[in-house]
Amino acid sequence: MEEQQKKWGDRSIEKIMGNLLRSGVIIAAAIVLAGGIYYLLRFGSLPPHFAIFKGEPAQLRHLTGIFQQAFTMHHEGVMQLGIVFLIATPVARVLFSVIAFILEKDFMYTVFTLIVFSILAFSLFGGH
Amino acid sequence: MNILEFTLLVAAGSFAAGFVGSLTGLGGGVIIVPMLTLAFGVDIRYAIGASLVSVIATSSGAASAYVKEGFSNIRIGMFLEIATTIGAMVGAYLVGILSPGIIATIFGLILLYSAYFSARPRKEHIETRQADPLATRLKLNGMYPSLSGKKKYFVRHVPGGFGVCFLAGTLSGLLGIGGGAVKVIAMDQVMRIPFKVSATTSNFMIGVTAAASAGIYLSRGYVDPGLSMPVMLGVLSGSMTGAGILARSQTRWLRVVFAIVIFALAVEMIYKGFTGGI
Repeated sequence: MEEQQKKWGDRSIEKIMGNLLRSGVIIAAAIVLAGGIYYLLRFGSLPPHFAIFKGEPAQLRHLTGIFQQAFTMHHEGVMQLGIVFLIATPVARVLFSVIAFILEKDFMYTVFTLIVFSILAFSLFGGH
Repeated sequence: MNILEFTLLVAAGSFAAGFVGSLTGLGGGVIIVPMLTLAFGVDIRYAIGASLVSVIATSSGAASAYVKEGFSNIRIGMFLEIATTIGAMVGAYLVGILSPGIIATIFGLILLYSAYFSARPRKEHIETRQADPLATRLKLNGMYPSLSGKKKYFVRHVPGGFGVCFLAGTLSGLLGIGGGAVKVIAMDQVMRIPFKVSATTSNFMIGVTAAASAGIYLSRGYVDPGLSMPVMLGVLSGSMTGAGILARSQTRWLRVVFAIVIFALAVEMIYKGFTGGI
């Protein structure tokens, strides 16, 4: 009986998480699309430049730079902001799982989930 | 070719990749990098960056559909994500160390494996023997819905599965792919988790794994917004269209065709990797 209840708890948590992820993806796609249309209107007639690797400019590599670029309506900044938003959706899922495991009083999985979250945070904010 | 034409062609190709990827259950990520490098002449680091972004989009976009089916096991997923995310960071660092030729060759070998994986028949096996004591301690055993009601399953070989997941994460971070095939091997073959549970749980893990390398890709300048835009939007809309018309009985021939395409791309990637064409 207890096991049954636990399973139900898991299911509803997963349902909320599934919807959370889906909305995150839709918002991210909308931002990328808006930036993309703007980018194509302005630069569509130029030749593409992806054959030679130069790496992105510094302001498109870090969160603060991307936010600055996006809020000044720079086309690449807007698209990159959408991509950052997309990367954030699985991170939000992990954060949500931390809360869910705390509510379930599952200490072991709270710790496991926090480990995964710290790895993600290190990757995103570590400055490599 | 100007940016507009390039963008539309890449978007169309990515749509097709996402569409076929979701019909065959393999994900489109595995053919994005060969498509961009071989057909469009894109540098492999930009290609890997754009592909990884699309992998996150499909994984997160499909999550709610998988949850409804009730197969995925969130504890197995979270536990194994410790291994896949550490691996993903290692893989992302390796992109900066290994030469593009070596990355292309490794990519080709993984494609060969994926071709085999998509063509092989799928057997459902359920482990009913007593579980690994470690799996019981970690609360990994679970139940899943079947035609004859809820079925219990037990998880075995936890350290082995954890190790293979680390490898899956490294490949994901190095190649910008979801690495679903390798994650399924870890769960299905090593840990003896039922195939449907493995497949849906692995989809859940793919997005989190990819996010762990995405941060590093971003700060190293592999993620070009102009290239990622058509790839992400194309793969996402393609896979959502594919998921809408999913009819599993008719996908057998498609899987075989897909396997042949992947095989041909694999040979080309390995050849170009060796001869320095990438």
